[in-house]
Amino acid sequence: MAHEETVYDALDHAHGGEGQWAFGTGFDEPLAGVDTTVPEGIDPADLGAYCLMLGDDALVLAQRLTQWVTASPELEEEVAVANVALDLLGQARLLLARAGSVGVLGRSRTRATGSIPDEDALAFFRDPDEFRSTGLVEAPNGDFGQTMVRLLVAATTRLAVFAQLRTSRDPVLAAIAAKGVNELTYHRDHAARWVLRLGDGTEESHRRGQAGADAVWPLLAEVFSPTDVEQRLTAAGIAVDPAGTRDEVTGVLTQVLGQATLGVPAWPADAPPRGRLGEHGPELTELLADLQGLARQHPAATW
Amino acid sequence: MSAPALERPADGPVDTAALQQQFDAVIAAGHRIEPRDWMPEGYRKTLIRQIAQHAHSEIIGMQPEGDWLLSAPSLRRKAILLAKVQDEAGHGMYLYSAAETLGADRADLTDKLITRKQKYSSIFNYPTPTYADVGVIGWLVDGAAICNQVPLCRSSYGPYARAMIRVCKEESFHQRQGYELLMTMMRGTPEQRAMVQDAVDRWWWPSLMMFGPPDDDSPNSAQSMAWGIKRHSNDELRQRYVDMSVPQAEVLGVTLPDPELALDPATGRHRFGAIDWDEFKQVISGSGPANAERIARRRAARDDNAWVTEAATAYAAKHAADAA
Repeated sequence: MAHEETVYDALDHAHGGEGQWAFGTGFDEPLAGVDTTVPEGIDPADLGAYCLMLGDDALVLAQRLTQWVTASPELEEEVAVANVALDLLGQARLLLARAGSVGVLGRSRTRATGSIPDEDALAFFRDPDEFRSTGLVEAPNGDFGQTMVRLLVAATTRLAVFAQLRTSRDPVLAAIAAKGVNELTYHRDHAARWVLRLGDGTEESHRRGQAGADAVWPLLAEVFSPTDVEQRLTAAGIAVDPAGTRDEVTGVLTQVLGQATLGVPAWPADAPPRGRLGEHGPELTELLADLQGLARQHPAATW
Repeated sequence: MSAPALERPADGPVDTAALQQQFDAVIAAGHRIEPRDWMPEGYRKTLIRQIAQHAHSEIIGMQPEGDWLLSAPSLRRKAILLAKVQDEAGHGMYLYSAAETLGADRADLTDKLITRKQKYSSIFNYPTPTYADVGVIGWLVDGAAICNQVPLCRSSYGPYARAMIRVCKEESFHQRQGYELLMTMMRGTPEQRAMVQDAVDRWWWPSLMMFGPPDDDSPNSAQSMAWGIKRHSNDELRQRYVDMSVPQAEVLGVTLPDPELALDPATGRHRFGAIDWDEFKQVISGSGPANAERIARRRAARDDNAWVTEAATAYAAKHAADAA
């Protein structure tokens, strides 16, 4: 009876008693207690814009992966895909909060009331043209094969950036990157394992895996093209120029696809970074409608 | 606490009466039956049915709240909800594993779920039209589930009891998070407060039905109690749940939709109104508002991705052959 009584007692306490819950309450204010001073000589507008680029990629991909929850091939995959989405959501929250901490809030603050934290003002109250994500993460999932190829490509490109970002002169970005590298290494590995199984599985899975790669590869066109902001911040030791990650990314992807017995599609020619500059297709508008609808219906509410 | 061995003798005729006697002694002593122990066929079947139904409930239970994952109104709430739905998938996995220790097979149980040969908790056939439903499911539905499940941590079947300890810890966390969401909403706008009350009005009676039919109409209860699979009667657990929820509703500032709900000063327990068992029977037999949708989604997850599972199996077979 003893255990039973303890749990019932615990339930009667609406507040307090942290020790008896299964895990901590680690969902609160992402940058609580962190020194958010802007490094000397850095334009806060640039730093904030860069945080939005990295944060929006994570937020949008988390949303895409969440679409697999309750629709995954196996229960183990429900858990894994939710895990990856949670990690990315955590990265997004930190990066959006960092953008907010340096005053980069765009038009969101004209719509969100003061009680709404910066991360939510930015996630829920910006229009598509204020988002800085790339087409790579915005594209619809396709089937499970295409989803895993996209995750492989997105995790590989992001990991290459984050690995270098660990030595950023902005201590907040460096800390976010240090945490993110472990997560992204797992994401890349998880996706790579699926690409191997699908490529080298059955005839059908090989065909679908190849179709997935063929659909995802063109989305790499914008990934290695830096914006002016990224170039300025890279010169100042704050950011990572994505052009410098090309060899690592193409090397990893070529290796995984080869091992999966899949053909490496033609690498697309570099294109201007339209997504980073706020130009997006209808897919993002649709994704944001789901993401933002409820929050926008209640702009004065706290949740 | 370890049970005496109940191994079947290696040779010689099987003395069922002696095995039954040993089994009864283990149950009577409050010890646990483990997968390799002898057990009566009825005990095994009852456990598989109950554990499978519980596992199915966890998996189908991902959907009503999962409907809000894409549009949770803050990033913090989205993270909390995603972690919760992920936990439910995990609970389903432990429970299917517990059923597999009794000789069941996960794929076969999933098939029984989507062909409606096995049931899941009827509570998950109600829709979730507002975000307050996420909070109320945490507070009331998870709260009722905990009342049902905490005694199962002492179930006579070892693997089930151990799975339930972990499940109950996580469910307690979910319940607290649900309640915290409702507290926050009650401090919010008038629309938010109205959403909370509306959700409470819709979920209160279905949550009372989660304890199953009344004791005088619960045909399997007596045997399950004798076997130590069940520890308290449906009505007893329901009463505990009501007594626990009433003060929580007062703190929250909502009204439970039962005019007959009142504290009986003589017993210190709450009297409550009559439950509409006709509705319960309709919902559990498949006529609930969302039965078809829930099953269809589970079926689609399996069937649309069958090629993925086949690929993983083929890959594993190829590479096992390589290694050999």
